[in-house]
Amino acid sequence: MRRLIAWLILGAALVVIGLWIGCGGGGNTSEILIGEYSAMTGTTATFGQSTHRGLMMAVDEINAAGGVLGKKIHLLTEDTQSRPEEAATAVTKLITRDRVKAVIGEVSSSRSLAAAPICQANGVPMVSNASTNPEVTKKGDYIFRVCYIDPFQGEVMARFAFSTLGIRKAAILKDIKNDYSVGLAQYFEETFQKLGGEIIATQAYSEGDIDFKAQLTALKATEPEAVIVPGYYTEAALIVKQARELNMTMPFVGGDGWDSAKLVEIGGASMNNTYYSTAYSADDPDSVVQNFVHKYTARYDDKPDAFAALGYDAGLILFDAVKRAGSTEGAKIRDALTATRDFRGVTGTITIDSDRNARKPIVIIAVVNGEMTYKETIQP
Amino acid sequence: MKRHLSKLYLLLALVAAAIIARYQSSIGPYYFQIIMYIGINVILASSLNLINGFAGQFSLGHAGFMALGAYTSAVITTSLHVSPGTAASYPVFALALICGGIVASVFGLLVGIPSLRLKGDYLAITTLGLGEIIRVIIQSLNFLGAARGFTGIAKLSNFFWVYAVVAIVIFTIANLVRSTYGRGFLAVRDDEIAAEAVGVDATRYKIIAFTTGAFFAGIAGGLYAHFVTYINPSQFGFLRSFEIVVMVVVGGMGNIAGVILAAALLTILPEALRAVAQYRMVIYALLLIIIMISRPQGLFGQRIDWGRIWRRLSKRPSPPAEGKT
Repeated sequence: MRRLIAWLILGAALVVIGLWIGCGGGGNTSEILIGEYSAMTGTTATFGQSTHRGLMMAVDEINAAGGVLGKKIHLLTEDTQSRPEEAATAVTKLITRDRVKAVIGEVSSSRSLAAAPICQANGVPMVSNASTNPEVTKKGDYIFRVCYIDPFQGEVMARFAFSTLGIRKAAILKDIKNDYSVGLAQYFEETFQKLGGEIIATQAYSEGDIDFKAQLTALKATEPEAVIVPGYYTEAALIVKQARELNMTMPFVGGDGWDSAKLVEIGGASMNNTYYSTAYSADDPDSVVQNFVHKYTARYDDKPDAFAALGYDAGLILFDAVKRAGSTEGAKIRDALTATRDFRGVTGTITIDSDRNARKPIVIIAVVNGEMTYKETIQP
Repeated sequence: MKRHLSKLYLLLALVAAAIIARYQSSIGPYYFQIIMYIGINVILASSLNLINGFAGQFSLGHAGFMALGAYTSAVITTSLHVSPGTAASYPVFALALICGGIVASVFGLLVGIPSLRLKGDYLAITTLGLGEIIRVIIQSLNFLGAARGFTGIAKLSNFFWVYAVVAIVIFTIANLVRSTYGRGFLAVRDDEIAAEAVGVDATRYKIIAFTTGAFFAGIAGGLYAHFVTYINPSQFGFLRSFEIVVMVVVGGMGNIAGVILAAALLTILPEALRAVAQYRMVIYALLLIIIMISRPQGLFGQRIDWGRIWRRLSKRPSPPAEGKT
């Protein structure tokens, strides 16, 4: 009996493999095939699934409006399991088997870095939705992104702290093991000093730390006017909470790593008088944003996060480029993407610069009475 | 004559790999990519099979050895600016792979030494810890790209390199386990005290198993790095080690052919199941559970009896008494 089961499993596996080898990708000429590689499972699955939802909305909207070049957009989605080598396989499959005209993805820079050389070598344009590592678009002239990069965010945060908050003496508390945090701190410092501000103290922590009182006490002694915490929301919330217990009432400023509902869940009322920058806020009164939030909520019964908005924008920018290119040829779509100017997306007015990165406004969120509220939009 | 037969096989396999490598561009890129992953996974699983299956030392640190090989060889080829296709690239790449293997085997020796005192679960946890230590150290080394990962590795791995190493690994392990060493491994695995009592140097055999296994894992890491062209410490986490362990267990601990088949099967299955989108990993896991319940000794057990399969397929009656094969 057991042996029978084992043979049956083996047989079933072989049948599946046989079917997989047998069926090649057939192209339908009345459709334009676009590939998406996304982390539908694995460690960053929430980001990948949000992106996919936003992107699906963009696809359905463009198809309802008659499609592009008289053809419907057909989106093929492949899972990356949140792993770079899976991303490379998924993109190879999309390009060589399904013969997609363009590729959208990924959230994580490590996966985008694995996939970008494949897109470049095959001459298929790739639009990354949320990879902020500057290296990604340096992989070649077919690689684009719709999110901002870390140096730009650090610069905007510094300008916000200096101009809007009027800070002249700031302290930094960064996650020493995380290159996102270290990079952001460095770019903040450069711009802040250029503006005439002063960084009076720098302290470090590591992801997973629980107690920050030692670093905070050291920072408190230098009497900064604001503390910059360019890390992720879990530690940031704990840091602010413990700072308030030490009677540190000054503002705390962070980056888009803070952008999670968990921030105020953990930090509670002590998060008041904190600010962070992010790509988009669902509370932005702008009509384009509100229209998007309304449609998204009606469809998924959920508030769209920044990843959904970026997925939506990545789709719209790509479809717009195909439309302007008047062709589905890789080189023509690339040229059209390069020429994207002042595209009105949900995450702001996007212009693709000469390095194929997006120049776009950044939204500042303030925590008021334990709630995240839209503060202002800073233009590039 | 029979003694030299395995060397002839090795030579034939190397020649075949070289010939196929010349025509590799006619294989579809997607299938080619999977064929390459199969080769790399076969090397990893076979080398772990030596440690886990034959020497019976349950190691969970294989991804760590792989990371060492990947980073060492990547540093060598990128600092020498080797570009694929040039005449110089072949010896440099071979040298880089071997250096990666040596660095990994030095660490294998380091784990081999505590393993003299530790057994079973304790050893598993120690090796798991070592794998994580390697990963975290790489993550904090700036010249290796730290958490950002190592970019700009030349695409030097091709069909020949991967499958030549596959052939060498199988040749080495098959010969090793049939030699005095192999008997030593099995004796240590089955009963260490009894083995010691009859004069088998258990310490020595464990260390040989660890260093050899780690050496090939390091080479597999080098091949992987020069195929994906981008490596990141998170690619070598403990989940990767578990995947390799699963291949060995599914194939049957200590079954050379079984582990090779399992490595190939478990690499292809997630790809073949792409049609069912996000449920594929659920089905994959379910298959593993069913396999483990119905065949706890692995899909192919201790060894594959090719003779019996042949007789069945050709519907010949079984010989009355099974002789020793």
